[in-house]
Amino acid sequence: MIKQISLFAENKPGRLASVSDKFKGAGINIRAFTIAEAGDFGIIRMVVDDPDLAHKVLHDSGFTVSETNVLGVEMEDVPGQLGMIAEVLGERDINIDYAYAFVTRTEKAFLIVRVNDIRGAVKVLGDAKIKLLDMSDVQNI
Amino acid sequence: MIEYWNPQIERMPVEELKEIQGEKLCNLVKYVYEHSPFYRKRFDAAGIRPEDIKSLDDVTKLPFTYKKDLRDTYPTGMFCVPNNKLVRFHVSSGTTGKPTVVGYTDNDIKAWTTSLARAMTSIGVGRDDVMQIGYGYGLFTGGLGMHYGAEETGCTVLPASSGNTDRQIELMQDLGTTVIGCTPSYFLFMIEAAKSAGVSFQEDTDLRVGVFGAEPWSEEMRKRIEESAGIKAYDIFGTSELSGPLFTECREQDGIHIWADQFLVEVIDPDTGEPVPNGERGELVITTLVKEALPLIRYRIGDITVLNWDECECGRTHPRIMRVLGRADDMLIVRGINVFPGQVESVLMKIPEVGEHFMIIVDRINELDIMKVQIEMTDVAFSDKVNDIINLEKKVASALKGVLNIAVKVELVEHGSLPRSMGKAKKVIDNRKL
Repeated sequence: MIKQISLFAENKPGRLASVSDKFKGAGINIRAFTIAEAGDFGIIRMVVDDPDLAHKVLHDSGFTVSETNVLGVEMEDVPGQLGMIAEVLGERDINIDYAYAFVTRTEKAFLIVRVNDIRGAVKVLGDAKIKLLDMSDVQNI
Repeated sequence: MIEYWNPQIERMPVEELKEIQGEKLCNLVKYVYEHSPFYRKRFDAAGIRPEDIKSLDDVTKLPFTYKKDLRDTYPTGMFCVPNNKLVRFHVSSGTTGKPTVVGYTDNDIKAWTTSLARAMTSIGVGRDDVMQIGYGYGLFTGGLGMHYGAEETGCTVLPASSGNTDRQIELMQDLGTTVIGCTPSYFLFMIEAAKSAGVSFQEDTDLRVGVFGAEPWSEEMRKRIEESAGIKAYDIFGTSELSGPLFTECREQDGIHIWADQFLVEVIDPDTGEPVPNGERGELVITTLVKEALPLIRYRIGDITVLNWDECECGRTHPRIMRVLGRADDMLIVRGINVFPGQVESVLMKIPEVGEHFMIIVDRINELDIMKVQIEMTDVAFSDKVNDIINLEKKVASALKGVLNIAVKVELVEHGSLPRSMGKAKKVIDNRKL
């Protein structure tokens, strides 16, 4: 399991720059990143190398921020991998709340998934011999 | 600790109080007719002679006075005394128009001070207290008014004025402040500032009472303030035209006592000008019975309230006005429906996920009024799922619609992004060109 940082931001210029600036000051590296946009506001979701520090830095700067447990799934960077993982979860009736993916310098791709049943998901993905990342993997990317 | 500042007057039977009011009213009418060309002209135009006013019931024969009268006669056209009898001026901020000037004789200051001394005693504040006054000192009546009242009770006064918040929190700890007086908006600001300085009002200070006013605030806001600061919060009421802050709730927190030997209160139907029955909602009208420099006859303050002559649990017989919904000046008309910012606050503060700050924004788009309420995201309300946030916006919008009867768009904004105030907070932005 990995910890994701989620942050509430108004949809207006400069907000992202401000987050990134805080991270730069604290030496925090972003590994994966997405913005869910909903009209006037957005939720910035990030996987970073030091989530606890990131949470503290943002919270102390006045942002509304939370830490959420999500799954980091390692995939071969070839066609069909995403579908296979979605299928494994779907067969066991585990719903994906949201997901985003990134590729690395290696042959691997990583999928970040927020599901409604994280324990169930860990089990079925494990049974299907799919590798899950932990925080040390994130730090080594 | 004493129970009453002046038990004989504060617990006087209602009949006797009304008798005193009648006598003072008759004298007042003669006094203003003699001393103020403004009132003489107004009475003459209405066909009223001073001798027509023979008892308290005759008050309804008298013409009303309006804020506009004070503006039209700016600066001192309504005064009843020459300058050499005045000991002080206060001047209103003029945020809603031309400023108004209030003058005080020595007796006026004394009466004002007495009114507040009675009020402070009724909430158990006195000799053993240290009162930090965070109302602005200066032209505004809040600071100096409270200052005199608090000193009169024997309270030790810390005249902090507004602003310099970190210092205020430091002094509060160092000097053992037990009572704070300021606008509710400023106290919310102090709560935030204390939190970020790592100071807990409960653990690090002796603060036990707050006296909040100069702007409307709701019962729900009271609960939040009391819980988060661990104090008893009391409402204080007054306006500069009447002298300044004058009256508070007593410890029962069940309406604000208006000292009937100093002020005559009526509640009227704003459309007809007729009095409404005891206990019904209407517009507050006040006659000053003892003021010398600037007496006001049937002054239309504009607050919407309920008058209650029932004897209070505290033993005081003077009438109470129940928590005011707002001043008529603050009322918005949106799509033909009356909306008070106080109603919005009261709905919002009932929803635990919603923070203390909000802003009402009204626009007119294609001839249609659009009302938007901005609220701040809080740690409790935040979710990493977009739908949860949209659902919260919908929940708040539907609660507002249930009370206001108009559709409201609710917008969540970042924590800390709405303006904080050290004085009276601005809670409405009306962009309509009316």
